[in-house]
Amino acid sequence: MTDATTPAVLDTVANAAATPERQQPYAALGLKPDEYERIKEILGRRPTSGELAMYSVMWSEHCSYKSSKPYLRQFGQKVTPAMKKNLMVGMGENAGVTDIGDGWAVTFKIESHNHPSYIEPFQGAATGVGGIVRDIISMGARPVAVMDALRFGRIDDPDTARVVHGVVAGISFYSNCLGLPNIGGETYFDSVYQANPLVNALAVGVLRHEDLHLANARGVGNRVVLFGARTGGDGIGGASILASDTFAEGGPTKRPAVQVGDPFAEKVLIECCLELFRLGLVEGIQDLGAAGISCATSELASNGDGGMFIELDSVLLRDPTLTAEEILMSESQERMMAVVEPAKLDAFLEVVAKWDVETSVLGEVTDTGRLVIQWHGEEIVNVDPRTVAVDGPVYDRPVAYPAWLDAVQADTASVLERPAGGEQLKLQVLRLLGSANLADKRWVTNQYDSYVLGNTALTFPDDGGMVRVDEETGLGFAVATDANGRWCYLDPYQGARLALAEAYRNVAVTGATPVAVSDCLNFGSPENPEVMWQFSRAVAGLSDACLDLEIPVTGGNVSFYNQTGDVPIHPTPVVAVLGTIADVAERIPSGWQDEGQNIYLLGETRLELDGSAWAGVVHQHLGGLPPAVNLDRERALADLIAAGNAQNLISAAHDLSDGGLIQALAESVLRFGIGARVFLGEVLERDGVDIATALFSESTGRVIVSVPREDDVRFRGLCEGRGFPVVRIGVTDAGSALEIQDQFTLSAAELVDAHRATLPERFGAVVGA
Amino acid sequence: MPTIVVEVMPKAEILDPQGKAVLGALGRLGKTGYSGVRIGKRFELTVDGEVTDAVLAEVRELADDMLANTVIEDVVSIEVQP
Repeated sequence: MTDATTPAVLDTVANAAATPERQQPYAALGLKPDEYERIKEILGRRPTSGELAMYSVMWSEHCSYKSSKPYLRQFGQKVTPAMKKNLMVGMGENAGVTDIGDGWAVTFKIESHNHPSYIEPFQGAATGVGGIVRDIISMGARPVAVMDALRFGRIDDPDTARVVHGVVAGISFYSNCLGLPNIGGETYFDSVYQANPLVNALAVGVLRHEDLHLANARGVGNRVVLFGARTGGDGIGGASILASDTFAEGGPTKRPAVQVGDPFAEKVLIECCLELFRLGLVEGIQDLGAAGISCATSELASNGDGGMFIELDSVLLRDPTLTAEEILMSESQERMMAVVEPAKLDAFLEVVAKWDVETSVLGEVTDTGRLVIQWHGEEIVNVDPRTVAVDGPVYDRPVAYPAWLDAVQADTASVLERPAGGEQLKLQVLRLLGSANLADKRWVTNQYDSYVLGNTALTFPDDGGMVRVDEETGLGFAVATDANGRWCYLDPYQGARLALAEAYRNVAVTGATPVAVSDCLNFGSPENPEVMWQFSRAVAGLSDACLDLEIPVTGGNVSFYNQTGDVPIHPTPVVAVLGTIADVAERIPSGWQDEGQNIYLLGETRLELDGSAWAGVVHQHLGGLPPAVNLDRERALADLIAAGNAQNLISAAHDLSDGGLIQALAESVLRFGIGARVFLGEVLERDGVDIATALFSESTGRVIVSVPREDDVRFRGLCEGRGFPVVRIGVTDAGSALEIQDQFTLSAAELVDAHRATLPERFGAVVGA
Repeated sequence: MPTIVVEVMPKAEILDPQGKAVLGALGRLGKTGYSGVRIGKRFELTVDGEVTDAVLAEVRELADDMLANTVIEDVVSIEVQP
């Protein structure tokens, strides 16, 4: 923290007041000149080097949400009483908590770990899992499942293999060691993510209502305790430097600062925390993530009685040479901070000792309204914690409509040449089936343990993952993530609505009822007015859509500065939807399991090829407007599936999304090897589309379901009674082939070869295949 | 045939979970006189022919580019053994 011109003396509060002229390296720490001036104004003097360290990390984009805050308010404003009904904890805490009945609650959150995962893919992705799991623990919940939404560069770029291997191995290493099932997620490849992959980690936890814990420091005299791993020099400045600026500006002070995780230490920490909760030994708790002790102390104090006194010398160190500033900024993994009543401290220490977790009492809660930190007996920090954690700078960044967008939107895919004959269709179908984004992803998912803990009811390649919560009643939850960056590029408002619509539909087709949303908003630089426009539109779209579907956003995160050079990524608002199901035994599988059943297409098909997988793969085209989205229709569809499932009329259901109808049909065949004969004459006639459009269009609000013959009349009656468009498009078949009548037939071997070869060709053999 | 030995250690500021586990095991065995363990890697590259300056230069490059993950590790020594 000291530079060559300043002698390395301890920069105390008194010293700071006495030496106002001292030059400080605020710019190297990522602070802008006006932000530095503001800190001086708040303190009435220059900050000490320790205070500067704290402000710099806490006022970074990653921690302060300074560019996104004005927009994120919409998620809190656009709510109805119905949306709040099941919400126990909303946005602003470590993770939102939703009541799922019978005294159970579920907490879930998705968070980005993009930048570290490019620099050091294995550890970056691994610690991403560790971080989100600690958010779940700090709510008082037991983590029960994880999921990852991944975006990489072009599959044929040599650097992509490096990132893919590292990220997937890192995720599987950390979550497999923790013993948490990985129950789904997404993997996409696109050149826009070449030097900036997206690694969005999601975790779900389960708790009884009475176990809920919050991050606040109340009760004057209560002890502040740091426990878990020791503090080392890893990830120093990770928050301010890695997540809040572009890589291109790398100077000597911006050297990559990554962390190494230890999943076994985290596993012990989980069990230790759960025992502490059970025995009622903690008043407040907070995990240490980005910005480490700076964040935990200032946030706990801000949310509680407003004051805290900390003796920094008490922090257990892995490296005794660390300076006070480094200790404040360190992002060492697997650490937690708790607020403990003095009378319970001995019991607390006994529990952590039992779990062999190292602990030190750092200080206590005060009512002074000041966060005071001492080092070697001298005061090095004396700030109002709210100025650090809550009242950081807020920017109303310039917003500009992208000049290029009109031309892109006018360039529709509807005019591209569509295949006519069966032969040509078949060739294109096989190309799509084997294209990077539609190909089988078991190269990735086979590296994860999906069934550990024994409660997984659905997992990849089903539309959503499903986990049983209560072994007596079968009560469970389902979760799915989605975002189509191509659509968001064409229209970020519609793209965000479409992301929610698809995640919602994915949860609905499993038989669960969608109840809550978490989002991870990945965008380019907020200093680019066009990116800010994309961001503002996406947030408006997502919040409007949540209001329309009446499900609340319970938390999430924003990741800016995702770009390569000056080129931002496609806006990628990853939306995770959580649903509940009364009994996981009533789940709906995504693939066909019996022959001789009728296949129905629910919903209508329009000429909507703009931004589709077909346009991208066959014509390398991205232009036009994304498909229309009708959220009332999505709700009606979800209700229809729920009603059909309640009467046991539906034996399988699969959502139509990327790749359109043909992709959904192929996946339904490939799931369990039951084939189908499909006839589309009625769809072509009713919807007025050609065969290529029927197969490749990505119109929303569509699902294919299979219905046992004996339930046919009741199922049709159900759809007609609700006025929902439905057409019978085929029957399942004992062979494993997919026949599109009068057009072409894909044999079982053709389907498997096309779908499963792509990833192994690039990355090597599939584990366990 | 000559051998070039390359030693790689985790960077000082980076957590070494393996080393930590071994330190814990030492304590459980009653060997309390140790306050730290760090575990690195040793590579032995057997060279066809002589170790020329060009070969050494190549190994130095390889050590940084491939043998060590320099984001979290340092190459601490490169030695030639006859």
